[in-house]
Amino acid sequence: MPFGLLKYGLSSEYPAQHHFTPATELKKHYDVVIIGAGGHGTAIAYNLAKYHGITNVAVLEKSYLGGGNTARNTAVIRSNYLTEEGVSFYRESVKLYNNLSNEFNYNVMMENRGQLTLAHSDAAIRSFRWRAEVNQHMGVRSELIDRQTIAELVPNLNMSEDSRFPIMAGLWHADGATARHDAVAWGYAKGACERGVELHQLTEVEDIEVVKGRVSAVKTNRGRVECGAVVQAVAGASSIVAKKAGIPLPIHCYPLQAMVTQPYKPILTPHVSSPHVHVYVHQTSRGEFVIGGGSDPYPLYHTRATLDQRETLSAAAMELFPFLAQARMLRQWAGTTDMTPDYSPIMGLSPVENYYLDAGWGTWGFKATPICGVTMAELVATKKVPDIIKPFELERFYNYEQINEAGATAASH
Amino acid sequence: MKLLTCPLNGQRNISEFTYGGEYHPMPNPNSTSPRKWAEYVFFHDNEAGVVIEWWCHTASSFWFLAERNTVTDTVIRTFEASEIFKRRIDFVEPTSGDIT
Ligand SMILES: Cc1cc2nc3c(=O)[nH]c(=O)nc-3n(C[C@H](O)[C@H](O)[C@H](O)COP(=O)(O)OP(=O)(O)OC[C@H]3O[C@@H](n4cnc5c(N)ncnc54)[C@H](O)[C@@H]3O)c2cc1C
Repeated sequence: MPFGLLKYGLSSEYPAQHHFTPATELKKHYDVVIIGAGGHGTAIAYNLAKYHGITNVAVLEKSYLGGGNTARNTAVIRSNYLTEEGVSFYRESVKLYNNLSNEFNYNVMMENRGQLTLAHSDAAIRSFRWRAEVNQHMGVRSELIDRQTIAELVPNLNMSEDSRFPIMAGLWHADGATARHDAVAWGYAKGACERGVELHQLTEVEDIEVVKGRVSAVKTNRGRVECGAVVQAVAGASSIVAKKAGIPLPIHCYPLQAMVTQPYKPILTPHVSSPHVHVYVHQTSRGEFVIGGGSDPYPLYHTRATLDQRETLSAAAMELFPFLAQARMLRQWAGTTDMTPDYSPIMGLSPVENYYLDAGWGTWGFKATPICGVTMAELVATKKVPDIIKPFELERFYNYEQINEAGATAASH
Repeated sequence: MKLLTCPLNGQRNISEFTYGGEYHPMPNPNSTSPRKWAEYVFFHDNEAGVVIEWWCHTASSFWFLAERNTVTDTVIRTFEASEIFKRRIDFVEPTSGDIT
């Protein structure tokens, strides 16, 4: 054993390096207050500080850094969506992810494993063909593949024609990936704090003062803070926080559940998803099988795990990978997801002049973290809505211009 | 499995039911503004607390209302729609002039 490691292990002071500066007193005024220190909030702070020179910024977090849905998601990154607006947005995020470890000088464990979505019906094949065409047109690697190619890509997948829903074809997305979700928030927070941003944990925004259509201050459990602008990035708490600023949102919150098995030897490389049997599975670099994608059937602000979901997810996972019948579950959990009617996010301006929205991330927002950081920071700094997020404005619901991404988001990642 | 009490069929597994959205009084579709109508259709209170909402017993297609706490995951009570809807609602087909 290297001597340094032994010394480290025996040291009573635990000489661990801090990722970010611990919170000090809250200042009276910040140029920008960001509510929520998940991946999104910290990414916005990071971009404001690094690329726009705006460093008088506080990220206020009611709990701890990255403890919300950032800690709970199954880390799937992809851009094979259905609408032009969606594909071009997520495509930029995937590009940013590919360089994120370099950007931070901090390893986010990006794994370009590829993503396979399975078709078990003619209707699914038709929609996959449509998606592949849109994707390729937008420069995303996405193609319809046959059973033989699927069997070669994922040798342990159940390709039997006697199963309940035999696999007929697949949508192969070579750009699909996963990353270490916690590291994404930690990397952004570290980079932001190094540039002067303050991260205040255990600081809950309890009220928002709006005077003549502008936010002037937020009230927290640690006192009142004046601010030049506010960004809310609170995922499952989107409706609750927006209501404090008097903004109604088209969101319903549902718990989304997932689970992992014990670690096993590496045998599965791509991420495999089936909207039809409603499950997705991949094997992490630690060897655990992540099994995900079950939303509760009614709205709830709760993060309990249920036996119902465990049963249905297990049954579906075993249909795809029969050997998982032997697997032992290590953990099961839930996160409160902020679902929009069209399965697209709500980003950009709000009815309150200096109050910006980053909400409606539902079951798909982890993959968007880097591009949200870039675009929302640009919006706050320049007060101009970047073209790429214009379609996601809240106003689209009043204009009956929804961006229907339901088909491409059906298996909840 | 969680249980829900249907006013018509009694206590059943919640998997027999379909959630039907928050209850809100409907504005008159023929006279309300497109903006107000969008709010009615798409926007939600999404309350963390007690809500009143529609449910349907899927097997019998029976629609009813429930009072439920969305934080504690408990159903306070379920009741027939006739508690709120005392009269039948007839939908009047708009004349083209009504549509703004
Ligand atoms: C089980 C599960 C699996 C998922 N899988 C995927 C996937 O594979 N791929 C994908 O792209 N997405 C996935 N998602 C969705 C993804 O996790 C979220 O969309 C994303 O993490 C949202 O990030 P965020 O930073 O906006 O929110 P969060 O990480 O939830 O951060 C919001 C923060 O705001 C804080 N907050 C709330 N209210 C207040 C307040 N009043 N004051 C101060 N702070 C407050 C919270 O404590 C929280 O830390 C999944 C979600 C779940 C639950």
